[in-house]
Parts: sequence; structure tokens; C-alpha cells
Amino acid sequence: MLEKPLTSHIRADGVPLTLREYELQGGYQSVRKALLNMTPQAVQAEVKTSNLRGRGGAGFNTGLKWSFVPLDAPKPKYLIANADEMEPGTFKDRLLLESAPHQLIEGMIVSAYALQADTGFVFLRWAYHTAAKAINIAIAQAYQAGYLGQNILGTGFNLEMHLHTGAGRYMCGEETALLNSLEGKRATPRAKPPFPQVSGLFGRPTIVNNVETLCCIPHIITHGAEWFQKLSLTADAGTKIYGVSGKVRKPGLWELPMGTTLRELIEEHAGGMQDGLSFRGALPGGASTDFLVRDHLDVRMDYPSVAAAGSRLGTGTVIVLDDKTSVVGFVRNLIHFFAQESCGFCTPCREGLPWIEKILQAMQSGDGRKEDIPMLELHTRLLGPGNTFCALAPGAMEPLQSALKYFREDFEAYIREHASLEHITV
Amino acid sequence: MLTGEEIIEIEKAIHVVPHRQAACIEALKIVQTKRRWISDDSLKDIATFLEMSPAELDSVATFYNLIFRKPVGRHVILVCDSITCWVMGYEKLHEYLQAKLGIRHGETTQDDRFTMLPNPCLGTCDCAPALMIDHDLYRNVTPEQLDEILERYA
Ligand SMILES: Cc1cc2nc3c(=O)[nH]c(=O)nc-3n(C[C@H](O)[C@H](O)[C@H](O)COP(=O)(O)O)c2cc1C
Ligand code: SF4
Ligand code: FES
Repeated sequence: MLEKPLTSHIRADGVPLTLREYELQGGYQSVRKALLNMTPQAVQAEVKTSNLRGRGGAGFNTGLKWSFVPLDAPKPKYLIANADEMEPGTFKDRLLLESAPHQLIEGMIVSAYALQADTGFVFLRWAYHTAAKAINIAIAQAYQAGYLGQNILGTGFNLEMHLHTGAGRYMCGEETALLNSLEGKRATPRAKPPFPQVSGLFGRPTIVNNVETLCCIPHIITHGAEWFQKLSLTADAGTKIYGVSGKVRKPGLWELPMGTTLRELIEEHAGGMQDGLSFRGALPGGASTDFLVRDHLDVRMDYPSVAAAGSRLGTGTVIVLDDKTSVVGFVRNLIHFFAQESCGFCTPCREGLPWIEKILQAMQSGDGRKEDIPMLELHTRLLGPGNTFCALAPGAMEPLQSALKYFREDFEAYIREHASLEHITV
Repeated sequence: MLTGEEIIEIEKAIHVVPHRQAACIEALKIVQTKRRWISDDSLKDIATFLEMSPAELDSVATFYNLIFRKPVGRHVILVCDSITCWVMGYEKLHEYLQAKLGIRHGETTQDDRFTMLPNPCLGTCDCAPALMIDHDLYRNVTPEQLDEILERYA
């Protein structure tokens, strides 16, 4: 049976399969199975049993998330694929969007059926032009084949599907800000409750799921929840599209069993560090995760194991820090990103991030002071969970707080020795 | 004034949402595709067409990084300045472009050919450093390749 369900049908050149080719590889089977032989409740139950956890970063149980949508609520109801992928260091959804668009659409049809949603949106970031083309073609082919539109497979189930491309803003990935953006507003987050499942897009019940999450659905329905669980090495089910970037020999993406260790990713799949460099640390799942260090190389990359090591699996795309790259420069680059992309809605984030950036900049230009480190630590608390409106600011604090914990001497050295430790580009 | 073609495309975007205003980002993008940027006049025309106030539309337009409220050149260069590209030395590309084109981020060359802007992670970090020119993505870019790449854009 398939070991790499999400990617084994992807061609080596990355060109997406036509609908016909995809069907010959087993594509759209889950649509037949779900719509013809299963109730929406049964599809939901299968997904819940599979223990699929959302791949967008938070790792929320997908079946549980779905269960809050009132099935009998009048239409319209919406299903949205979050394809905004803008988390620095994250490049996994691009592969699924560009090279396997039918798999996403298949997953959306089955999910929409399970939720009795009648409208689907793919919310795609502006920069993914190749993906936009692929998805538009795939949607048109799916309509032609009768998988989308009215009375799908003669079952009376209707689903319209649209592609929306964004206008470039990290906040569009936050699910309630995404809803505002789809409504033609600024991408600022919404207060919860009400939760989107009850009152989301245009005030209607809505589910937002990550692209990779939705791409798991066809396989869970076709092959069963139990099979899906067995793909994994640990209690978190399925495979994961892991990635590694930074100064390793072979940066890339690989679909591997959930729970693969950080060491295996870096040493085997990414080919180890480039010559003359050694591994100092890594952000395991994008810019908003805490550093892991050498002691953590044998941590299994699943949700509870990475959490137990003090970080988060996040998007599962690892950013490697080598021993010749400045830690302060690394963190400053991340904070700069978050400061730029902050929506400005709440004060700690809007004012705090630029302040942090200024402190780090001062350190780098030799103006660091002893009080700076306690000031940075204070910020990690003031911008931490519970003090801001959304998860952007707490996410931004994760690499900073863990850098202060593991690489404190680097910050102190900058203050002590002033500007003598500039970023070294090899 | 919006052109007939623009109106047709905007109407298509309005069709998939429950009210006209919801299509405003789509409308801004449609007009920008034709005219490179959103001038005050374009903004007013779109706002009128969508039954919004220009101020309301401007609050949306100015929120998004890739809606241009100032003129841009014929080609827009987006240089990824996020973490992996920084680790992999994007600054060298940026410095080279700055010297070669004589512009800094946010500026346009005198001949109106290029505007250069920083952009967050382009989602191709395994091939860093990366940049985009218009809709084209360039990966694993070295300063040596830039001359040849730039020549493709008249
Ligand atoms: C600032 C911010 C940006 C986010 N960007 C994305 C994104 O680009 N893609 C994504 O799937 N989730 C993103 N998320 C997470 C979403 O809010 C949401 O949790 C996710 O789409 C849910 O899908 P899942 O349950 O399938 O993981 C972001 C969250 C925050 C706070
Ligand atoms: S934490 Fe930052 S991004 Fe989130 S709502 Fe507040 S200002 Fe906006
Ligand atoms: S950091 Fe530049 S493409 Fe991701």
C-alpha cells in the first residue's frame, strides 16, 4: 500500500496530472465512496477516528474542528482551503498546489460533503502564479467531469468552487483575518466567539483548513482511518511533508512518516551540513517556532514530542542555523518580518515588535547596552500568549525567547565586544 | 473611468460573493494588472462602481503589500528578504541590484523599467536565495546570473 499517499502520484517534473491521468492513479475514488456510500456523519467519524491533526501550524484535531459546524444549518456554508503559505521558511503547500491540484480539490469535495458546505474557496497567496494556473485548470476539469457543480454524481449534493488570490499579507493566513480578507476587508483578526464554524465567512458556518490537511482527506476516506494511523511512527497519524532549508547539503521537501526524527531529516534527507559548518540549532516548523538545539536532534517531529522539547511542530519545515551565522542577525531578520507584517490592530504587537527590532539593530551596530537583554525578555512576556489579539505576536516571541535561552552568550558578546561579530556570509 | 474589459472582469468577481464590496480586493487587482498601479482616480472609479466610499476602499488598498498606490515601473522586482534567503546571502543580490539599477527598495529606475521591493518569504526556501520579476520566480540566484535575467525584461 502507499507509503507516501500525498506525493507518490506527483510527477518528477512537477507538472500536474490531468483529471483523467489522476483518475487512472486512483484519484477521485474517495468522492465516489463518500457521496455514494457514506453519510456526512460517517465521513466526519472516519476523519475523527483517523486522528488527523491540522497541518497549518496549530495541530488542531480536524475531525473535532469539523464537529462544531451545525450540519443542519441552512446554506450557504463555506469550506476554505488556506493556501496563503507565507510563514517564512515554509514551502510545503507550494508543492501540493502546483503539482497535485486535483488531490486538493478531491479533498475539498469530500470535506465539503462531510460538512454539507455548498461553496468552496481556495485562498491562495499572490506569489504562487504557477499554482494559480494549475488550480484554475483543475477546477475547470472537475466541473466538466461532474465532480463540481450541481447534483454531483447524481446524489443531489451541490458544490461550487472558486479560486481567490490574495494581495500579499502574512495576516491573511490567520483564519479569521482570512475571512475578513475574503470579504474585501483589511486582514485583521476577529474576536472569538463566535467561532467561524458557527459564524464565519459572511456570517455563515465556515471551516478553514490548511492545504496539506485537506490533501490527507481523500486517502483517509479511500483507505480508512486505521491505515492512515499506521502510516505514522507515533500516535499522531499519517505522513508529514517535512522540509529543510538553510546551509545543509541538499535542502528540500520529503513526505515521511509522522514522527521522523529531526536528525534523520537533517543528516539523511538533507545530506547533513555544508562543508566546514556545523549544526547549531533549528526552528522546527517555520519562523514562529522555538529553537531546538543539538540535544534535540533525536526528537521525533510530531506534535507532542516537539512540544515536550519546548517548541512546536508548526508547519514541519525546518530552518537550520549553522555555527557561522549570527544568531542576533538571524533573530533580527525574523523580528523584522513580524514587525512588517503585524496588522497593527493591537498595541503590544504594533509597538513592541519595532522596538525589539531596534534593540537588535543597536546590538549589531555596536550600541548594545546591558539592559537590552532584560528588555528583550520583558518583551517576550508582554507580547506572549494572552496579551495580543492573535497568535502573530506570541509566534514572533518563540524564536526570540528560545534564542535568549540557548544562545544568550551570543547576545552578551555583541554587547561586550560591540560590532566585531558581524554576520559572516560564507 | 473603468474600461469595458475591467468592468466585465470585476462583474465576474462580484458574481461569486454576496455583495459588491466583497469583490473590492479582486477589483483593485484587476485594475492594477491593466494600469500597473492604483491612482487616486482609479481608486475613486472602483469605489463608485462598488458603491463604497473612496476612503473605505483606500483603507483596504493600503493594507495589502502588493496593491501599489504609487506608480511602479514596467517590471517589479520582489527580492525575498526572509530568513532562509538571508542565511543564504540574499543581501549580495540586493546590493548588486542596487548598484546595477541605481535604485533602492521602493524606487523606480529613471527609464521606468524596474521597481525594486522587498518581499517576505517566497515559499521556495529550499532554493534560496530567490526573487520574482513580475510573475516569474527565480531560484538559487547568484549575482552573476542577474545581468542575464534582467535583460529578459525590456
Ligand atoms: C499570523 C498567522 C498566519 C497564518 N498563516 C497560515 C497559512 O499561511 N496557512 C495555514 O494553513 N495556516 C496559517 N495559519 C494558521 C491558521 O490560522 C489556521 O490555524 C489553519 O489554517 C487551520 O488549518 P488546519 O486546522 O488544517 O491546520 C496562520 C496563523 C497565524 C496566527
Ligand atoms: S497580534 Fe499583531 S497581527 Fe495579531 S491582531 Fe495584534 S497587531 Fe495584529
Ligand atoms: S526565505 Fe526566501 S523563499 Fe523562503
